[in-house]
Parts: sequence; C-alpha cells; structure tokens
Amino acid sequence: MNTVNKPVRKKDAMQVLTGQPVYTDDIAPADCLIVKLLRSPHANAMIRSIRTDTALKVPGIEAVFTWEDVPQDGPRFTQAGQTYPEPSPRDRLLLDRHVRFVGDPVAIVAGKDEACVDRALKMIKVDYEVLEPLLDFRKAKDNPILVHPEDNWEALCPVGADNKRNLCAHDECSGGDIEEVLSHCDVIIDRTYHTKACQQAMMETFRTFCTIDTYGRLNVVSSTQIVFHCRRIIANALGIPKSKVRVSKPRIGGGFGAKQTSVCEMYPAFVTWKTKKPSKIIFSREESLSASSPRHEMELHVRLGATKDGIIHGIDLYTLSNTGAYGEHGPTTVGLTGHKSIPLYGKAEAFRFTSDVVYTNVMSAGAYRGYGATQGLFAVESAVNELADRLHMDPIALREMNIVKEGQIMPAYYNQENTSCALDRCLARVKEMIHWDEKYPVRDMGNGKVRSVGMGMAMQGSGISAVDVGSATLQLGDEGLYMLSIGAADMGTGCDTILAQIAAEVLECSVDQISVFGADTDASPYDSGSYASSTTYVTGKAVEKCALRLREQICTLASVLLHCSPDDVQFQGDSLSAPDGQTVSLTEVVTASQCGSDIPLAATEKHTSPISPPPFMVGAAELEIDLNTGETKVIEFAAVVDCGTPVNPNLARVQAEGGILQGIGMALTENIRYSSKGKLWENSLMQYKIPTRQDIGHIRVEFESSYEKTGPFGAKSIGEVVINTPLPAIADAIYHATGTRFCELPITPEQIAMAAQNNK
Amino acid sequence: MTIHLILNGKKLEAEVAPDTLLLDFVREQGCASVKRGCETSNCGLCTVFLEDKPVLSCSVPAARADGKHVTTLEGLQEEAAEFSAFIADQGAEQCGFCNPGFVMNALALFRENPFPTEEEIREYLAGNLCRCSGYEGQLRGILAFLEWKKTKEKEAQS
Repeated sequence: MNTVNKPVRKKDAMQVLTGQPVYTDDIAPADCLIVKLLRSPHANAMIRSIRTDTALKVPGIEAVFTWEDVPQDGPRFTQAGQTYPEPSPRDRLLLDRHVRFVGDPVAIVAGKDEACVDRALKMIKVDYEVLEPLLDFRKAKDNPILVHPEDNWEALCPVGADNKRNLCAHDECSGGDIEEVLSHCDVIIDRTYHTKACQQAMMETFRTFCTIDTYGRLNVVSSTQIVFHCRRIIANALGIPKSKVRVSKPRIGGGFGAKQTSVCEMYPAFVTWKTKKPSKIIFSREESLSASSPRHEMELHVRLGATKDGIIHGIDLYTLSNTGAYGEHGPTTVGLTGHKSIPLYGKAEAFRFTSDVVYTNVMSAGAYRGYGATQGLFAVESAVNELADRLHMDPIALREMNIVKEGQIMPAYYNQENTSCALDRCLARVKEMIHWDEKYPVRDMGNGKVRSVGMGMAMQGSGISAVDVGSATLQLGDEGLYMLSIGAADMGTGCDTILAQIAAEVLECSVDQISVFGADTDASPYDSGSYASSTTYVTGKAVEKCALRLREQICTLASVLLHCSPDDVQFQGDSLSAPDGQTVSLTEVVTASQCGSDIPLAATEKHTSPISPPPFMVGAAELEIDLNTGETKVIEFAAVVDCGTPVNPNLARVQAEGGILQGIGMALTENIRYSSKGKLWENSLMQYKIPTRQDIGHIRVEFESSYEKTGPFGAKSIGEVVINTPLPAIADAIYHATGTRFCELPITPEQIAMAAQNNK
Repeated sequence: MTIHLILNGKKLEAEVAPDTLLLDFVREQGCASVKRGCETSNCGLCTVFLEDKPVLSCSVPAARADGKHVTTLEGLQEEAAEFSAFIADQGAEQCGFCNPGFVMNALALFRENPFPTEEEIREYLAGNLCRCSGYEGQLRGILAFLEWKKTKEKEAQS
C-alpha cells in the first residue's frame, strides 16, 4: 500500500500548531450578540414567576427570553445526536418552567457585549417553588418524585421508557440458562461496581455562532461532531422546518463524544432566529463541566461463574444507569455495558444482561468515548481479575484460556460473527512489553513504596450496525486536484487525513493531491456524524467506494481521448494509457472534461454496514504506590490494539495514548461529587483533575492487526476502545499493592493509604 | 484607560477597561492563537510572553502590559513552525486547541534551557493541559526536535 498504513502528517497539522484562526470563536463575526444563560440554582423547582423588565433596560441588551416565550405544551425534543427516530426520549423544551437540575437554563440573555449581559443576568428576578430533588439514582425507579411528570414527554422508540416511573429505558436479554449454568460453577464472583459521571473535558468548551444567510435561512456554525443531527435538533427545539437550518463545523477543539449532543446550539439559534442578528454563545469551563453531557454514572452488578480449571461458563450483569435530568443517550449507552464486555469470553455458555436507566435531578449525561463499554468493561474485567486471584491463576493465563476467537459467533454481541480478531496476539505482546512475569503481582521497592501490575481487555464496535451511514463525494478538478467532501467531523482525530489517505490509495496519488471539505449540511453528502467509532470503518468504506467509481469515470473520459474502450484504459495515477501505448495525463483529462464534455468527473457513494466489527485491546498498568501516603502513579502503561489495519499508525497511536490517559484519569483522579442539594463540586479544572504530564510515566502502544475484510483496506475503529483498559488494570494493580479490591472509581490516595494501613 | 505596548513588534496605543484581561485584549487585536480553556489558570492555553517571559494571559490585566512587550504565537511564526513540525510528525497536535499555549511555553523552555532533560520538560510544561494526546506524542516530538537541534549545532560548529 502506498498511502494507507503510512504515518502521514495530519493535513491541518501546521495550521493548528501555529495558531491560525480556524476554530468557531476565531471566525465568528465581530458584531455577534453575546448570548448567555441564566441557570437554575435549584435541582428541582417550578418557576412561579420571572421578571425581566429591569434586565431589558440594561444598555446594550437586545433580548431576554424565558419559558413564557416557549410553548410549554408543544412537542419536546432531545439534544442527543442520533439517527431518527432517536432512541433518547424527547424530554426537553428550549426553556422549561420546570427546572430539573442545578444549571438548567432559566433564561436566555443576548446583548452587545459580555459586560451588559452579565449585568442583565443579575437583574432577572425569578421566584422559584423549590421542590424536593431526587438525587440518589439507586432510589429513582418508582420514586414518588417524578423528574418528568409532564404529559408531552415522548419516547419515539420502544426502549422500555416510562416517565411515570422515572425510567428512561429498561432492557433484558439473555442466551442460555444463566441460573442453571451458574449453579454448576465452582466459583462465583458476585460484585457491584460504581463509576461516576466523568467529563470529556475537551480543551475547547461548547460554542456556536449563528447568522441569517442571504436566503433568510438560519446559518449555524458550531463545534459539533454531528452537523446533520444538529440541524434536526435545532429545528425541533425552535419549532421551525429543518430546511430553514444550515449547520457547518469549522475545526473542533476536541469532542470525545461531548459534541455528539447539541448542548449549546439552540440558544444562539433561537436568538438569531428571533432577532435576525448574528449571535454567539461560548460556554465557560464551569458551564461545560456542570451543564453538559458527561458519562453516565452507573452501578453494575456482576455475577460471573467459573469452574476450578479457570473456564468462565456464565456472566450475569445488571446495570443501573443514571441519565440525570434528561435522557440523552440513556437508552443506548447502557446497552454497551453488556454487549461490549460479555462477548470477550468465548466459552461462556450462558449470559443474562438486564438494565435500567433512570432519571434523577442532576445534570444530564450524554456520550463519552467508550459509551457504556467503559463502565461495563471495568465491572466484568475487574470480576475476571478477581476470579484469577481466587483460583490462584495468572490473569493473563486465565484470559488466554477464555477469550473469544476469530470466526466464533458472539451470542451477547447480537449473534454477530467475530470476523477479525487478534486478541490472542494482543495478550501475548502486552505480557512481553511490560515484563509481566517479572513484575506480577507486586514488588517491594524497599522505600515504603511498592510497584504492582494489573491488566484488562476491551472491545468496542465500528459504527452502529445497519444504522450508521457514511458518504463521500469526490470531484476531479484543475491540475488533478481531487476534492473530497464529507459529512463526518474531524474533531482532532485526523479523519480528514485518513479519509484522504484511503482516497489517495485508490486514486494512486499523494495525500496532498486531495483536498478535504467538511462538514456542512448544505454541501456535504449525508453522514450520521463522527461518533460510535464509525468514521474510519463506515465513512472510510464510502470513500473507498467513491474513489473507485470516480476512477472508472476518469477512465471513461480518457477512453474517448485514447480512442479505446474504457475497460482497456490503464489508470496510473498521473496518467492513463491505452493498450497501444498511447498515454494521456490526468491534467489533460481534466482539461478535456471542461470543454464540450458530458462525462462528469464527480462521484458520490454511500455506505452502511450490517455488522460492527469490534476492535480489541489489551492493556497493562504498572503502578508505583507509596503505601504511607497513598500517592499512586502509573509509571508505565503498555497496550496493544487490534484495530484492523491502522490507516495512519501515528494518528492511531496518539488516539490510543490519549484515550489511555483519559482512562487513567477516570481511575485515579477525576471525581464527581454533589452537595446534598444537588450542586456539583467539581465544576472547574481546579477541582476536576484531568491528568497533567507529570501524572504519568510512559504510555507504550503497539498494534497487532487483524484484517477486517468489510472495512476499508482491512481497517476497524480505534477512537473509543482505547479508553477502556486502564480502569480494571489500575484497580487490579492497586489490589495487588494493598490487598483491597476497590469497586468504585476514582480510587483516591486517601483510600489507598487507608487500605494499606488496615491491611498491614 | 489608555495603554501603550509593543504587541508582536508593533507599537500600539489602546483604550482598555480596568478589568480587561490581557487574553481578551490580544484576541481583540487579532491574535486568535491565544485560547481560553478555563477560568481558573489551570490549562495553559492562554500562554503569551510578557517581556519575553511566559505568562497566563487570563490572569494578567491588560493594563499590566502598559509600556511592555507582548508576544503571541502570531509574532513567532518561524520559530513555532520549526519546532511544531516535530509535533506534526508524531500526529500529536490532534485537535490543536491547546497547541498555541503549549508551543509558546515550549519555546520559552528552549530559550531558558536549550537542552532540557525529560524531567525538566515535564516540569516546565506541567501547566499546559492536553486532553487528546496523553502527552506521550508531545514528548516524542520534543525529544526529536532537541536531537535535531543538537545535530544542527554540531554541524554548525564543525
């Protein structure tokens, strides 16, 4: 291969590295109205009355909107970026008289600058009828306090939702007789795990600007992963036709799933639609942390049964997920906790997976890299690690006996075949990389510190099977430049580049010969958007198909110039030749297409996949722990990924390294706590501690590639699977160091020090 | 109030409010490389040079720049591109949003300490958060840049 599987530079690398103005706020018109939100200080309250007259008198204020400007009995919408009909219940109004978490918007204020808007925000007088909040998600189901008592709440899909029971979703599925299988097991691991609503914390907070275009339509420019879904969400929120809305995205300063939810777009959209003036909203970090779309908090009860020989025969999982005040991604994230953990174990004869997703009066959750698999894998992999200890077996050896193999049918993964899998090689390589046999389980360093190791496995999907749609348009222009249009969103992941690499491979040209445009609902071909690890696998395949078709068209036009049949034209990248040896350059073909020609040098192709081949990964952590203080540092993390063919090994590696550090943060430092009244404590980067470069030793990533024949050039996904392994690996390493099994994350130095003391 | 300063080598006279932050001021002056990632001086995205020393422009009133030199990445394009190429060769720029602050502070490090050790790099740049890269690729890029610089200097001497 010439360009695929090569570490080419990201096409936008030097532009972003040298600080060029390419992000939303850099390109927003200077005369934008500044939009800010007044937010509820209460976790559950009805607005008795709201007075905006004084606020409106502040010089520079253009408009103040409240629930009185929004029909309260009209249709509700969801902010979740999902294919229609969205599985997430439609439970929101643009502004609601009933506020449901600390931070829920109460009023939208627009003015000429920040100073006047800040002043006006303080002058809005709200009289709240404060209601008792429902803050404990374990007590939410069938609680008399209803988060969504309203009658216009609506679930478009049969996800088991019932707003009169605080249920956002409920599901049950199984294979085999789990109780029967467990009853014959020698060992049952029965544990409950708890993970928190961790934050994506992308460096660029949520932001959007809006204008009215030449044709009177609403033009929305936003930092979003989902331009097409975003258009629908805005139209639903404003109650206007989708055809009146155009959404595009510039460079995005990170997403990790956060921007798969339209968290901020509807507010400036509403202001601009009402005032016909440009407006923008820039979420503060505090807003981004306290009123956004973090991971779903979950409690996971695992019952895992094995025989003495180490064979895992059955897994029973119950997941309780906290969707918070609104149901974004609630019904879908929970599914991954079981469907992307249980299938790792190929010898299990039975499984059962039951889930409830409940509403509470905290910030709504959303999509975050890993999307439920992260939580599920923490639970199941931790249980398997405990099983290894119980059986006095090495956890890697235990995995080697039990893992799913290529060609196997995976009952807990919708009976899909495991079409490509190098999980066995990943295990073997990680073991070598971290020198497992020398380090397992723990070494006393003789200075009050110990070094211990732990490991975990992971899988994810590659797009949503039979749902996700990827498209590509390719045109050939002057000087042989190919113009690739996509609706997928490069959020720093490098998809603009890797999709260009795929096109370049087919068109036998350099990556520089391909320009990439995306994403814009008016100009890009339809794409579900960049989420669910879909872009490389689904959109990448669309690009491959599209390039093949354009190649045929180029040959057709060349055949006219070469006086031969299109089938006889030899495509050689820069030139094309006939069997008689005559050649014509690509540039000449383009020139010919521009004069008296009716053969288009453009193609659009679309792709969807009936299957979602899982990427696999194995990770192992080596920790250094000070048993006196509890200070814990990951001094090495070794990981091996099977993402099929890595289209760009550099970008795949950095994706993996970044995901791993996010997982490490979730395991050790990123905490989420609420006051007794539902106010979030970790609402700044001062308190919400994402890892710095001093908090990590080295992360080493390698690839053991299988070949996925349904993917572009054998590729599967990489973006999400990478976050999952640090959680169980670190928890197990801490067990090896302290003798205490932690089932709740993050595991803090205080807890570790106390555990070490108590177990002395 | 009126302030006089030299921004990226150009003399400037401007009216600012007493509470205008240097960050907002330089962005208004067209220096869009300077980003805001938090409100608590934790992220390092807004790093600029004040009298050639790196500062967090979110925590400096614009008035403090009166009579001083302020430099942003816009004023260091050549130096930035030379170093950044090594980050690009790792693919470690990712979303790019933290890059200007990171590049500014890395350049400040190299000026203070031309050949820092790995430990010194981690310490000096500890205040520059990045959520995409896991820092490992940035470190590889920095080490590759230092290696290249060392070779270049050796060649110049011989």
